[in-house]
Amino acid sequence: MNCQQVRQLLHAYVDGELDLVRNVEVEDHLKGCTECSKLDKGVRSLRSTIATQAPYFRAPRELCVVPESTFANPKNRRHFFTGNLATTLALSLLIGAISFSGGLFLNSGQSNQRLADAIVAAHVRSLQVEHAVDVVSSDRHTVKPWFQGKLDYAPQVIDLSKQGFKLHGGRLDYLIDRPIAAVFYYRRSHAINVFTWPAISDKDAPVRKKSTQGFHIRSWQQSGMTYWVISDLNDVELDEFVNSLREIPPQPTGGPE
Amino acid sequence: MESDERRRFEAVVLPHADAAYNLARWLTRDADAADDLLQEAMYRAARYFHSLKGVDARPWLLGIVRRTTYDWLRNRKPTIPLDLDLHDNGDEALDPMAVVLGECRQEDVRQAMESLPPALREVIVLREVECLTYQQIADVIDTPVGTVMSRLSRGRQQLQILLAPTMDAEK
Repeated sequence: MNCQQVRQLLHAYVDGELDLVRNVEVEDHLKGCTECSKLDKGVRSLRSTIATQAPYFRAPRELCVVPESTFANPKNRRHFFTGNLATTLALSLLIGAISFSGGLFLNSGQSNQRLADAIVAAHVRSLQVEHAVDVVSSDRHTVKPWFQGKLDYAPQVIDLSKQGFKLHGGRLDYLIDRPIAAVFYYRRSHAINVFTWPAISDKDAPVRKKSTQGFHIRSWQQSGMTYWVISDLNDVELDEFVNSLREIPPQPTGGPE
Repeated sequence: MESDERRRFEAVVLPHADAAYNLARWLTRDADAADDLLQEAMYRAARYFHSLKGVDARPWLLGIVRRTTYDWLRNRKPTIPLDLDLHDNGDEALDPMAVVLGECRQEDVRQAMESLPPALREVIVLREVECLTYQQIADVIDTPVGTVMSRLSRGRQQLQILLAPTMDAEK
């Protein structure tokens, strides 16, 4: 191993991150090279300085207390669109009702019912102020790349502002223990969540409609992706949203956006 | 009365509260902000606790507090130069790393670290103070391991330049 190679690996060597073979090679080189040895000592002295002299800030214990209601209990939450009291009460009743959801049959499968219930629950969770989105932007060029590295697929993020639907941002959501892309739009005070993930089959499937617990749901399969859209927006306007979404075919990765 | 979930949360997540607070403190350089951000991060961690299955809780919690902190940082300044380097003196012959540091005061070390751009500062904190592995750091900051390595070496290089004043005297 020459000096240039050792310099490349030096930090990893000091951090104990090298495999055994390269570790031994670097070690052997250092034994016989004063210049590289100086670097090795320099890195170690810096590490030691930081370890001993850098202040460590400890968490004030009272800040770690979380209200009991936070733990997977849908009651007692603040809401995204604080409308009038009646709306808030209605929403609270709705949240309570979800645990007794009657099920949703877009097709008659059991797993589809569980999925639909999970979609409703995820949608309601997202109606709380700080849980609507993890990346806040009305610019799809900000939202779409945010998912990179977090998911093994790139969800479509489309600008529908001309059609009157505002992009609010995106987040990762967990449907039945699997992270999924959720893109959040709204029209007036109505939140719309678009969940997408890669479909198992390549076949397109037409839009299916259902309503449950005050929400309207649409789901379909297009170009290898499964889409679920949910909102309390009325049927007519939601169809408008879905049609706009479907009109724009998914861009191939690397193509112009 | 405590629920089972709260008990599990306290056993699994709370031990890493210091690490979370420490990172928020170093990133914001602001004790009050760090207080708020820790509280928000703990709230989110509790809300998503059910999704933490078989994953190491420390990088998970650090990822949460980091994302919360960057949201806060972005709201304060529209653009954070995440990758801004100190001016490279270009003097290849004299490698700052070839010097063993003398005694450094706590204050000097703190200031040197605070002067790093956040992208480098956080990797330094996670490696040197929290002793995370490269892979764990990569998980927290959501980049490939190669990025961790390059930011770490650049961060160390810049700290070394700041903390070794004898280097300047020799020039």
